Amino acid sequence: MELVWLIPALPVAGFLLLLAVGRKLDEPFAGVIGTLAVAGSFLVSCVVALDLMSQPEEKRQFVQTLWVWMPVGSFHVDFGFLLDPLSITMCLFITGIGALIHLYSIGYMKGDPAFGKFFMYLNLFVASMLLLVLGQNLLVTFLGWEGVGACSYWLISFWFDDKANATAGKKAFVTNRIGDCGFMLGTFLVWVTVGSIDYVEIGRSAGAVVGATATAVALLFFLAATGKSAQLPLFVWLPDAMAGPTPVSALIHAATMVTSGVFLLSRLSPIMEHAGWANDVIAWVGAATALLAAGAAVAQNDIKKVLAYSTVSQLGFMFIAIGSYNYTGAIFHMITHAFFKALLFLGAGSVILAMAHEQDMRRYGNLRKYIPVTFVTVGIGWLAISGIPPFAGFWSKDEILAGAWAVDGYGPALWAVGFVTAILTAFYMTRLMIMTFFGGVENWRNPELLADAEPEVPLGADADAVEGADGTGAEATLAHAATATDTHDDHHAHDEHHGLTPDHTPVESPTTMLVPLIVLAGLALIGGLLNLPFSHRLHFLKEWIHPVIVGEHELPEAAVLWVLAIVAITGAVVGIFFAYRVYQQRKVDPAKLEKPVLAHAWYIDDTYAAVVGGPGEAAFQGAADFDAGIVDGAVLGVAHGTDAAAKVLKPVQSGIVRTYAAGVAIGTVALAVFVIMRMGF
Amino acid sequence: MFALELVLTESWYLVLAAMLFSIGAAGLMIRRNLLVMFMCVELMLNAVNLSFVAFARGLDDVGGQAVVFFVLVVAAAEVVVGLGIIVAIMRRRQGSTADDISLMRG
Repeated sequence: MELVWLIPALPVAGFLLLLAVGRKLDEPFAGVIGTLAVAGSFLVSCVVALDLMSQPEEKRQFVQTLWVWMPVGSFHVDFGFLLDPLSITMCLFITGIGALIHLYSIGYMKGDPAFGKFFMYLNLFVASMLLLVLGQNLLVTFLGWEGVGACSYWLISFWFDDKANATAGKKAFVTNRIGDCGFMLGTFLVWVTVGSIDYVEIGRSAGAVVGATATAVALLFFLAATGKSAQLPLFVWLPDAMAGPTPVSALIHAATMVTSGVFLLSRLSPIMEHAGWANDVIAWVGAATALLAAGAAVAQNDIKKVLAYSTVSQLGFMFIAIGSYNYTGAIFHMITHAFFKALLFLGAGSVILAMAHEQDMRRYGNLRKYIPVTFVTVGIGWLAISGIPPFAGFWSKDEILAGAWAVDGYGPALWAVGFVTAILTAFYMTRLMIMTFFGGVENWRNPELLADAEPEVPLGADADAVEGADGTGAEATLAHAATATDTHDDHHAHDEHHGLTPDHTPVESPTTMLVPLIVLAGLALIGGLLNLPFSHRLHFLKEWIHPVIVGEHELPEAAVLWVLAIVAITGAVVGIFFAYRVYQQRKVDPAKLEKPVLAHAWYIDDTYAAVVGGPGEAAFQGAADFDAGIVDGAVLGVAHGTDAAAKVLKPVQSGIVRTYAAGVAIGTVALAVFVIMRMGF
Repeated sequence: MFALELVLTESWYLVLAAMLFSIGAAGLMIRRNLLVMFMCVELMLNAVNLSFVAFARGLDDVGGQAVVFFVLVVAAAEVVVGLGIIVAIMRRRQGSTADDISLMRG
């Protein structure tokens, strides 16, 4: 267990090495170094995890203090790591999936002029993320929290030549900043009430944090979580973050960083236990986010945007679980989601590469013939996220829904929102699958569809000319293509690669990209084994993290679980079937479903833009004018006054000593005269 | 013949001290040679010393004489520094006219 420091140290070493020599290395080597650093970290995590498992349950907590970071009087912050089942679980999937995505990036970033820089940032990201989860106290976690934020910013705007990418990075950074205020205030409040920001100490004396204080702490940290984990009202940055390279979307904006809010609240479960109605707020914000984002995902045409809104929605599920004291469910779903969403993103990256960096699904179709490995692996991801047993997503989502059902008072309502979201999830993911891999029509073969950035007319006219594999597909009208009005969404990652032509033949991706897809597909298939509901002996994850979590509520009894599971499966099948009718069989005009309000994600982002850009900007301009006029005016006024006075008084300092002497003499005499007169002589 | 009996009371000494002080102060303001100005300062210091001694005698208090010793010591130190500066100035310039050395004007 003493090796725990090595887990973050290896990616740091990789980062430093790439920082020093990354530019000079030939192309694959920078990637190899980066991948090896993270893979080594994964191996160390495995060793440490096995060591931890061999300990008796009550000894599974190990604090490694490296040095005293800030000694300030009686208050001191140590730089160190807290190793326990929760942090090592996080480490395992961060480094495991991280290594796979590094490997994938070697293929995906091939030929990029900043190849070495990319891996440098990725390694730094992994190191920061590991600091975040391993931190012994809130401040070390905050260091990692800011580190991942900075890396996220650098990587979103990795192709900063395109202004849209740079703007997306800034948006993510600024939006996260709002959440970070919550983190800092929460930390201060914890320190004031507990007297320490150590997790161990917080766990020991959480009894001191009660009532309104606990609620306030929980809400402040939840504000931090809404920023990092893209919940209402701060989720707007995540869809824009898709401007980054796809491996980044997979690693940072799907699998790891965005789950750090869930991790943080699980870590603070001793406080959450006393937080009262803050948990209701968290559950309902999660539910609202899940539902709204799933609705928005239905109408996106950019393949990565669908997955982005899907991620927001799935994170909403995790917060439902947190709010219903179902921490195992949240962490379980965090892990399975990391598997299948990383898989889906990497699969999308493979599709995007095969389609000459085209991300608009309206120009896809029938791709299963060309990229079969990608198709099969993404298919597994699709079934997993849709909640079809025995794939991983089913088990974790079901556990969250069951936990929601068990909440006092409004449980069934919370469950219903989750259930509707689950149906929508199955629906939009099936839509993605059909538009990309099925549909019978190879839409990019249609020059008219390719010509415009925004196809305006129904383009089904030529569809008969294209060979339709399914027969039904030939009847397809692409009327739904006309409905897309997402104007700001269509900045494609980097236009210089944009070379999709009607005679394009999609090619399967290289092995370095397919291996991660296959491994992740395997994990998405069997990930449910972590915590099967049938028997207490199969609750591996629950038993494992049980010592760390305080105040977890029990799930309903088995009979209820069975009923809920069957209802959930039915919902998923209904969602898939409905999407099949709409997009494959074309029984319903998709335009009726893909409303502009959905394509614009309920206009939340547009509202922010209008408010911040209109009255907001005026207010900020006012503040700036106040600063320039009043504050600066006062400061400058003092300076100018001093200057003017100096000009008047300057001649006094003539530099001639005799004048000074005369001055002293006159002064003395005057003083003497005055004293004598006053004394009456 | 009558014997003019001069009784030297302490007032005499004080008057002499005042005269010496005035001469020194006037010299400081009038003369431009640094060395002479320096001597004038010394004159003023010694005038004060004289008045201290006179008061010590008149009031029968040894404190005044003690102060004189301090003044002498400080004056000696001052002479060392002051003369050093004046010598340095003399080496760099033709003369040592105080009015020419006005680099420190505002």
